[in-house]
Amino acid sequence: MAKQLEKKHPLAIRWLHWISFPLLTLMIWSGILIYWANAIYGVKIFGYELFHFFPAWFYEIYKIDFWGFKIPDYLPAWSYEWSSIPFRLAEGLQLHFFFMWFFAVNGLIYVLYLIFSGEWRSILPVPGSLKRAALVTLHDLHVVKKLPAQGKYNDAQRIAYTGVILMGAASVITGLAIYKPLQLAWLTWLLGGYEWARWEHFWLMILFVLFFVVHVAQVALADWSNFRSMITGYEAVDAKAKIPESSLNEKQGAAV
Amino acid sequence: MSEQEKSGAKIESEVLIEKVREIELAKAENAETKATDKNNTSEILNERRQLSAPLSDDEARKIMGRRSRRSFLIGGAAAIAGIFGYSWLRKPENSWIFERGFRFNETLSQTTFEKTDLAPEFSPELASVRANGDIGLTGEFDAAAWRLQIVGAANQTGELFLTLDDIKSLPRVEMTTELKCIEGWSVICNWTGARFSDFAAKYAPPANTKYVSLVTPDGGYYVGWDMPSILHPQTLLAYEMNGAPLTAIHGAPLRLATATKYGIKQIKRIGRIEYTNERPADYWAERGYDWYSGH
Repeated sequence: MAKQLEKKHPLAIRWLHWISFPLLTLMIWSGILIYWANAIYGVKIFGYELFHFFPAWFYEIYKIDFWGFKIPDYLPAWSYEWSSIPFRLAEGLQLHFFFMWFFAVNGLIYVLYLIFSGEWRSILPVPGSLKRAALVTLHDLHVVKKLPAQGKYNDAQRIAYTGVILMGAASVITGLAIYKPLQLAWLTWLLGGYEWARWEHFWLMILFVLFFVVHVAQVALADWSNFRSMITGYEAVDAKAKIPESSLNEKQGAAV
Repeated sequence: MSEQEKSGAKIESEVLIEKVREIELAKAENAETKATDKNNTSEILNERRQLSAPLSDDEARKIMGRRSRRSFLIGGAAAIAGIFGYSWLRKPENSWIFERGFRFNETLSQTTFEKTDLAPEFSPELASVRANGDIGLTGEFDAAAWRLQIVGAANQTGELFLTLDDIKSLPRVEMTTELKCIEGWSVICNWTGARFSDFAAKYAPPANTKYVSLVTPDGGYYVGWDMPSILHPQTLLAYEMNGAPLTAIHGAPLRLATATKYGIKQIKRIGRIEYTNERPADYWAERGYDWYSGH
């Protein structure tokens, strides 16, 4: 069957996407180093703590003794550092307040690019997206067979990708409120005060981690050519007999 | 009408009917596409696809192979460069880069810092207590013999030592603010003392002095302050906390209390105050923390 090459991801989007990955990882990692200096959050229901960030086993994992075999004996030297994670506040602050600039600027360029390139059309949800996103979810869970009509991304993706941009913006805003609670006292106040802003900043991180898990799982479940398109920009699709002329953008047609 | 004419008309009408059927069918198809489109976000937002001309499987594979090689090579090189760059950045001898980072943030902070920016104040009933840190407080200490040494005041001749009463003779100010620890916790505290700005009006630094150094009597703990932050109206030389004189662990007889910086900057048991243009040594800055640590 004949193929067509579809240009899915512009160069700028690909770079910004991949740069955001190590930056977000660093922000989360350094944020956790900071959090460990005062690790107070958990999931509580009626005063009973179901889960604490992070549970004791998390810290003990490197000290586990299996009938004389200790995990650290078989791990590289750097892993020993990991067992001292609760005492690396200064390092966490250094990284966090250094890479925050790169994270914020990368995110800002990404948003500006979306706006000016028209790529926003591919990721913005509209009324009705929620319903179709639910159908997509049911499809992915193998409850229903049919996928709703979609463009480059389905409606669940639209909601997720727009959501993750909003999460990035919210992380910057809540972060600023914690960072400069005097100079930006109005912002800290708007977010419910210093302690609430810190709580919000923490839960945004958890949301980022959840997004990451689902995102990677979905990419792993999708085919290779989908993943490859985020690197090359192109995906080979089956040429359809009926491609509506109107949907072919001659000017920006994929250069081959 | 002849037979021939009749049959001709019949044929014509059949052709017409067929045409109508075709049109109807096309209409129906259009209606179907329309219906789907209405339900497709990409159509609503007028999203465009960018497709090449049809290619044979072989051609497509070749082009994608070429593109993949190129992109994966560039991407791989970028990833490796990133890993090397990061491990270079994390070398102990390159920690100055992060210090420069802190300095950059400090400069930016200072350009927008206004004395009129005030931290929120709370009702004194909300005040509570949390003690943390006894560095510089562990040695022998005779409160009765305590004096506050001033160094570098304008027109200062010889040594200058102040008593607590000298500080108490300055306007008495009370504030209930949130003390924020760099570890992440915070606690609302009620402080009473003299504004540092009032202190600096009486024991004035030379014009354009940049910094203030504050040290415990034993020299065990020391902090450096920038002038704008220490002259902020919410920076006090405090001698009372939560309505009672300071206890030893909270920094008796005199400590800094501020809403402008983290707790690490709010030195307890001040022994010496020095005006200087040299960036003063700072206990925690020497241990990798932000020298400025300002809100």
